Amino acid sequence: MLSQTPTKVSQRSALRINPAKTCQPIGAMYAASGIHNCLPYSHGSQGCCSYHRSHLTRHFKEPFMAATSSFTEGASVFGGQPNLLQGLRTAFAAYDPDVIAVNTTCLSETIGDDIPQIIGEAESSGIIPEGKFVIHANTPSYDGSHVTGFSNMCVSMVKYFATRIEDSSEASAPQLNIVPGFVDPADMREIRRLAESVGFTVTMFPDTAGVLDAPQTGSFQMYPDGGVTVDELRNLGRGVKTLALGPFASAEAALQLDKIAGVPHEVLDLPVGIAATDRFIGALNALGAAIPDEITTQRGQLVDLMCDVQQHFYNKKVAIFGDPDHVLSLTEFCRDLGMIPVHILTGTPGKAFGRKATEILGDKADQTNIEGEQDLFLLHQLIKNQPVDLLVGTSYGKYIARAEDIPFVRFGWPILDRFGHALIPSLGYAGAIQLISKMSDALLDRRDRDSTEWQFELVL
Amino acid sequence: APVATDLVEDLVKPYPVKVKRKRAKHITVNDPDEIPPIEANVRSTPGIITTRGCCYAGCKGVVLGPITDVIHIVHGPIGCSYYAWMTRRNQADVPESEQDFLKYCFSTDMTTNEIVFGGEKKLAQAVREAYEIFHPKAIDIFSTCPVGLIGDDVHAVAREARKELKIPVFAFSCEGYKGVSQSAGHHIANNGLFKNVVGTEELPAEAKTNPFRVNMLGEYNIGGDAFEIERLLNACGIQLVATFSGNAQLAELAHSQDANLNLIQCHRSINYMATMMETKYGIPWLKVNFIGAEATAKTLRKIARYFGDDELTARVEIVIAEELAKVEPVRQAVRARVEGRPVMLFVGGSRSHHYQSLFRDMGMPVVTAGYEFAHRDDYEGYQVASTIKVDADSRNIEELTVEADPEHYRARKSPEELERLKASVDIADYKGMMPEMAKGAMVVDDISHHELEQLIETYHPALVCSGIKDKYVVEKMGIPCKQLHNYDYGGPYAGFRGAVNFYQEIDRMVNSPVWGFIPTPWEKQSA
Repeated sequence: MLSQTPTKVSQRSALRINPAKTCQPIGAMYAASGIHNCLPYSHGSQGCCSYHRSHLTRHFKEPFMAATSSFTEGASVFGGQPNLLQGLRTAFAAYDPDVIAVNTTCLSETIGDDIPQIIGEAESSGIIPEGKFVIHANTPSYDGSHVTGFSNMCVSMVKYFATRIEDSSEASAPQLNIVPGFVDPADMREIRRLAESVGFTVTMFPDTAGVLDAPQTGSFQMYPDGGVTVDELRNLGRGVKTLALGPFASAEAALQLDKIAGVPHEVLDLPVGIAATDRFIGALNALGAAIPDEITTQRGQLVDLMCDVQQHFYNKKVAIFGDPDHVLSLTEFCRDLGMIPVHILTGTPGKAFGRKATEILGDKADQTNIEGEQDLFLLHQLIKNQPVDLLVGTSYGKYIARAEDIPFVRFGWPILDRFGHALIPSLGYAGAIQLISKMSDALLDRRDRDSTEWQFELVL
Repeated sequence: APVATDLVEDLVKPYPVKVKRKRAKHITVNDPDEIPPIEANVRSTPGIITTRGCCYAGCKGVVLGPITDVIHIVHGPIGCSYYAWMTRRNQADVPESEQDFLKYCFSTDMTTNEIVFGGEKKLAQAVREAYEIFHPKAIDIFSTCPVGLIGDDVHAVAREARKELKIPVFAFSCEGYKGVSQSAGHHIANNGLFKNVVGTEELPAEAKTNPFRVNMLGEYNIGGDAFEIERLLNACGIQLVATFSGNAQLAELAHSQDANLNLIQCHRSINYMATMMETKYGIPWLKVNFIGAEATAKTLRKIARYFGDDELTARVEIVIAEELAKVEPVRQAVRARVEGRPVMLFVGGSRSHHYQSLFRDMGMPVVTAGYEFAHRDDYEGYQVASTIKVDADSRNIEELTVEADPEHYRARKSPEELERLKASVDIADYKGMMPEMAKGAMVVDDISHHELEQLIETYHPALVCSGIKDKYVVEKMGIPCKQLHNYDYGGPYAGFRGAVNFYQEIDRMVNSPVWGFIPTPWEKQSA
């Protein structure tokens, strides 16, 4: 497996091998699916749209609907306005969404299609039916990663719908806005559960719960029941605060909402693990909400588990890769479990990754390979040079895990080769319990596999 | 059964007027005796939700990607390379002494800087780095959407690298917007392989003793299909020179001109290669189908008839008898459990046809079928190929002018022999999908999501065959959906063993207990 990968690390300035990221539009597609009755729409040639839909489907094992402008060579030279206009007309006629959320690709970005102008044209020529909306985000694939694309579409939700609202008298409970980050529907449910249990009315955007974990009922629903509604997006201005979970995926939207609607915002780490979840709950507490006993109890269960299991984690070497918000919070959690994060890596560009990782690891930062904007080929080489006891990351890690015979835990996006993950949270205290269970299972399965017969224990 | 002409009306009903008119031409009611023309291989309607992919996917993803010992560098932003990374299940069993890059993904990961200032330097450097790290036998380069727009000359970079590194480096201008689907990419891949690879090496003399030498064209070894085909050819004493391009190494393709017959499995993706090799080297081609037990037996007999050797013919009959004996009990058992239940097939450019033989084996009628990106000849038969007008969207796909090679052309059969053979073996011919389908069955080209949903509501099929994007849509309706691109991670489905796998898989899907749980007990109670 991966037997062409040499141990010796050589400098590369141009060749990317086995990326730890993909391109912007897929993140925008995913974010758009978190709007109720919304059809994501790809303004480019149709290959992108097909790839994005396939990939999202492979992770969620759910339908992922999206339309495309289907550029031809002619449109690529003379501009895609006719394609987009025709695309909007056909999509509204055949699929009747409330919102079409347009993202761009490297094709339409390179030729410089002016999307707002085309949407204006669609409006004035009656292509957008009464009461329906077309929003857009520019998502050039040659900039950032899928996380950037997610962030850009979240920003667009704010820009297209949010306004300043002074009168908040309608609200029965204070409204809290949450940008949950590029996480699974189950994570969004868990975040909502926590915030609602302390007494907030939550507007989460995007919210894919109910969309990408829809039940089997025997009838296909093109637009499932979930998703943030246009009405909710228009009322974002009523929020007492916006919490952005994960600076890479969510900070920009919260900042934009602050600017447009004057809702104060706070950027928090993705609540993976105990410390990051504590900070999230702390932020809720700071807004004047009392923390209910059930949350305190669940946290206590998590701490109890951490005490019980610590011998199996202590000083275990771990390599973590994936999206920056995920990797940073998990690195902190692994540190808190007494593990040694030997290699941490993301494919997404951004200096904040290194800065933040150094802060988390403190005086141990120089013992860790902190790799921002890097790839899995490098990670594999690093592991060959400095082996680890556990590898945590997306499905692509399974090749390294097999090549180097390392226990492996799937975490983050995408997970293409296992089932049920999108239904089980890995965020919050519940998610931390789940993560401990998976990581200790992996370590102990390995101990069982490798122990001699006389060391093979019933009780561990 | 629904009245088919009304159904066409129904299928296009919600579309804007112009789209209605356009889509109606892609939907037709089959008549095997008088094949109606169908519109195909034209641009998709924006916004309609097509399942089609792009030219790059057809070139890199389908045809070139499976070659194991070449480094495939994708010149573009990261997505194109990433999404084609191990997502098609073209398996390969590479000897340990050989390099295998199948699990790797190579990209120039273009950033804004290259879009603005050009990406040729980065590409040249990427090729250099790939060479320094891996020392591969060859490197190929694939263009993506922005490359053509910013004017990077990938072929010039390849030429320079070839001089510098002294290994084959060649490029494909397969920008995603070219043509109207994956199909353009197949054509571009065929041209590049033909120009740069085929005929660049000689088959070693010791490998030339068996006169029954064939190439498998258009077989990508999804789920191990090519392994099963190779097993059968070996058992019959037929030598497989090269497979384009499942489980393939570059050298096989390079000396494939030394085969004596080309077998085409996927007509759409590789027919260009077959006709070009026929013209240049004198190798006849035969359309075959290794999907289905009956179809496989028929294919092996066709090959034997072509070579006209008694011993070979006898061996083929022994192999068929032995294999069918194992297939038959499973087929009978499954048939009893699935017979008469209708099926819909919407796959890329060949499987919608090939799998009909497997469903015939089980007595499951195909009520409607279509391709994503096939051309009219795949629907109606090879005889219409010469009448097809290439439209503006596909005009820029290069047609190579090929002539007989003065040194290497060798007629495998005399014109008289070929003429005689044509009575019993359909040499250089493909009958297309529609002649094999029932009268009144619906044929839909480049089907949209709306049309698929409507057809399912109309026919209430027991099973739909399609791809990953449709799978969970269909299953949410309570109907099993068999993925015929990736086989739902099973396979092989080719050959005799494949047929057994497929029967059992369809039985499992159609008769699975899980579907019975969809209505809740309390709904059942009140009903």
